[in-house]
Amino acid sequence: MIAETGLAALWLAAGLAAYQFVLMVLALRSDIAVTRPMRGVAVIQGVLTLLAFGMLLLVFARSDMSVALVFENSNSAKPFIYKVAGAWGNHEGSMLMWVTILAIAGAFVALFSRRTGERTLTAALGSQAVLALGFYAFLLVASNPFARLFPAPPDGQGLNPLLQDPGLAFHPPTLYLGYVGLSVAFSFAVGALLTGEVDSRLARAMRPWVLGAWILLTLGITAGSYWAYYELGWGGYWFWDPVENASLMPWLAATALLHSINVLAARGALKAWTMMLAVIAFSMSMVGTFLVRSGILTSVHAFAIDPQRGTFLLVLLAIYVGAAFVLFAVRGASLKEGTPFELVSRESGLVVNNLLLSVVLGIVFLGTLYPLFIEALSGEKLSVGAPYFNALAGPLALLLAIMVGIGPLLRWRRERRPVFGQLKIPALIGVSALVMTILAAPAMHILPRLGFGVAAYLIAASILPLVGRNPLRAPLATWGMVVSHFGIAVALSGMAANAAFSSERLAIAKPGEILTVGPWQVQLESVTPTAGKNWTANEAELRASRGQGAFTLKPETRYYSDPPTETNESAIRTFWNGQLYTVVGKEDASGAWQLRLWWKPFVTLIWAGGALIAIGGALALLGRLLPLLRRRRFPEWRRRYA
Amino acid sequence: MNRNSSSPKNPASSKYRIWVPAFAGLTILLGSPALADSNLPPAYWANRQLPNASQEAQAQALMEQLRCLVCQGQSIADSDAELAGDMRDLVRRRIAAGEKPSAIRSWLIQRYGTWISYRPTDEPAAWPLWLAPLALLLAGAWLIRGRIKLKGSR
Amino acid sequence: MSRGLRLIPIVLLLFLLSGLAWRLIKPADTAVPSQMVERQVPPFALPAALPGKPGLNAADLASGKPHLLNIFASWCIPCASEGKVLQELQRRGVTVDGIAIRDTPDALTAFLARNGDPYQRIGSDRQSDVQIALGSSGVPETFVVDAHGVIRRQYIGALNASNIPGVLRELEEIR
Repeated sequence: MIAETGLAALWLAAGLAAYQFVLMVLALRSDIAVTRPMRGVAVIQGVLTLLAFGMLLLVFARSDMSVALVFENSNSAKPFIYKVAGAWGNHEGSMLMWVTILAIAGAFVALFSRRTGERTLTAALGSQAVLALGFYAFLLVASNPFARLFPAPPDGQGLNPLLQDPGLAFHPPTLYLGYVGLSVAFSFAVGALLTGEVDSRLARAMRPWVLGAWILLTLGITAGSYWAYYELGWGGYWFWDPVENASLMPWLAATALLHSINVLAARGALKAWTMMLAVIAFSMSMVGTFLVRSGILTSVHAFAIDPQRGTFLLVLLAIYVGAAFVLFAVRGASLKEGTPFELVSRESGLVVNNLLLSVVLGIVFLGTLYPLFIEALSGEKLSVGAPYFNALAGPLALLLAIMVGIGPLLRWRRERRPVFGQLKIPALIGVSALVMTILAAPAMHILPRLGFGVAAYLIAASILPLVGRNPLRAPLATWGMVVSHFGIAVALSGMAANAAFSSERLAIAKPGEILTVGPWQVQLESVTPTAGKNWTANEAELRASRGQGAFTLKPETRYYSDPPTETNESAIRTFWNGQLYTVVGKEDASGAWQLRLWWKPFVTLIWAGGALIAIGGALALLGRLLPLLRRRRFPEWRRRYA
Repeated sequence: MNRNSSSPKNPASSKYRIWVPAFAGLTILLGSPALADSNLPPAYWANRQLPNASQEAQAQALMEQLRCLVCQGQSIADSDAELAGDMRDLVRRRIAAGEKPSAIRSWLIQRYGTWISYRPTDEPAAWPLWLAPLALLLAGAWLIRGRIKLKGSR
Repeated sequence: MSRGLRLIPIVLLLFLLSGLAWRLIKPADTAVPSQMVERQVPPFALPAALPGKPGLNAADLASGKPHLLNIFASWCIPCASEGKVLQELQRRGVTVDGIAIRDTPDALTAFLARNGDPYQRIGSDRQSDVQIALGSSGVPETFVVDAHGVIRRQYIGALNASNIPGVLRELEEIR
């Protein structure tokens, strides 16, 4: 009954989405005022889809084995939280989550958009509904999450312990909210291209949505990186794996979009670029989801692979992105660009910023797909991996980081003050840091060395917008910008420290042996067999100290029986100045054990920086939204911010 | 054609077709299936560092550039596969003997093709990859040429 | 922005879609073929894997008649099914040499007793050295080597009965 309710809700929602499309066509071709009904239908569609998703969560929570999806992915012995998380830990459920977010986003736009022109809003809601329609079709025709199983089996198959991990449970929703959040920007862009109303008002309406999606993507990527770091036992945080790149590409586009929107909002300029970026950002989300689910690229992160599903997604990609690009080509002529920007102005700074971001995006895109294209054209198989991306994206990122220090200091229209004077101190700090690395660590590679210099410069430069004014009076949006840019510098210093100062110790040790890694003495005391609910393990006891204050670390190699798998549970201890990361491997014939130890100074700065970037975004979002809430009560705010 | 491989992590390989339905969903493989392994222990230098720190650093840098033939989504530095271990041993032995990392890489490319190098080589097929940043920068600069007023123009 | 510029994204999209569609239609072959085909077998000398059967070195493969070089191991499950096929080929006059990867004499003896022993020689490659030198990426694989020691063809995966005519034909052609 619950499953059938969910399925019915989904069908209804699909019907309403189709109706919204009809409304949109009506609105564009004639002057019928359909905004009210459009808003209403969008909200109902969102509610219905949320209901359907809720029904799915319910059948998983109740372990209703008569639903095929629950049987395949769950088990009554699972802890409750993983029963629920199992709802989106599979293809059908995650697709339902995707379309739910699409529909709910549309509902929120319908409920809260007051600043957009009516025709554009109608067109945007219509576009959002069309996006959802394709996914409804996919779900209802090819991936029904509510399919029944007769007779209902007694219990389910899905007890894979590897999927019962908090990181794995919450990683998909965060990323999806980000990916699908970008659909709103896409829809606004499509809507505005249809009606021709591309202006600063549109930019101000779009901005909170872009910010929200961008914040979630930043969090999703940062969390994903940390989770892979501690869970996989390899000591690395980014491998430039195709699935990782699939999440980075929308983020890069969204970052460029975020900055471009600011130009459109403040100056009414960069219309064509902003619209194109809005389309590209969501297109990257679609390309990403296609790459991850179709299995066409080899990856450690591979999902359940099915070329058939890949085909459907490819068709949706072709239709949505193709239509948007055609619309852009046809309507782009009406997007008149204004006068050129002054060389030293915030607009120019943002244009250069976007150029660099787009180049990085292009490199990641090319590197990820190049092996496929070369093989299609010439049959040759070549590989593109971390060494390529690090070599190219690294220097570009440093260049970007330098720009990040300069841009916020520039005024709109024309910067007449000697801004570069303000930057003297940060530049000095950067150069001093560089010199210090040369003196203290002459053997360091050039890229981490430059990373330190640029990070030091940016730490100082990012705070400058708050200097020379009362920081408490500065708008929240400015605080947000400062915090995010500061976060970039923090993350950069973490990456440089990791690259320059990480030490690794790989050894085969007998109990009693002491190994040195960095400043640490680590003694292997013993390795004892242990067991858990559904696993057995060899647990090593390591005693570590660097002078005084010893402590124990217990890394494990776990063996699960159903299905037979082997995992490394690393043991990590975090200090203010780094992490001691330990992994135990297999035993050899003589009773000695493989040990892998790292001392990673300041590595946590990488994810702390990522978190700061997201926090900055949240502050900026708050800064944009609060006045809207206050405006209802205070007319003077309305005058200032409308 | 079936083939056996020790502890692969790539669920796309045919060896894994039997596991995919069992996972039936998000199969992010955090662990390696305990499949048939060989009867012998890992090679001596597979999991030991060279005593000379700079040689070890060279070896590590090279290992991170070589793609694991079994797991295919990892470098031999990170892979648990036995063949990866044997390759790490090969790399360390040769570097300890004084061979240059680039020579070892070329030797392996002669055996397996450029596929095994995560760093694209300088062959013509890889030129677009290396020229891309410059090309993209120039293309981008040309596209925005009308947007920024340079001194003395117009 | 000029009309031409605005068409570029569509053109790029078409390229992207064709590439992705091609990959969906023709899924990737994950096998990594050896680049040593049409090249001389690299010099090597492997000790005997079993008492009673000689070891294998590169010179043995350039003996004046073609050889089948089978890379296998007792712990390799698909290798078991190959035994019959190789025996059949041996019965038809083909010289089959083997390289046992990471194997022990006991396990090997048991394997050969179970699955048949078509091998004239078996070399013991305990650290995959020769396997890597040949550009082989797993077990089982079979190389067709001509009379002068030049590798002519590589079969990845276990041979089955349907391969027999093809192998025999090839060996005839390179005679």
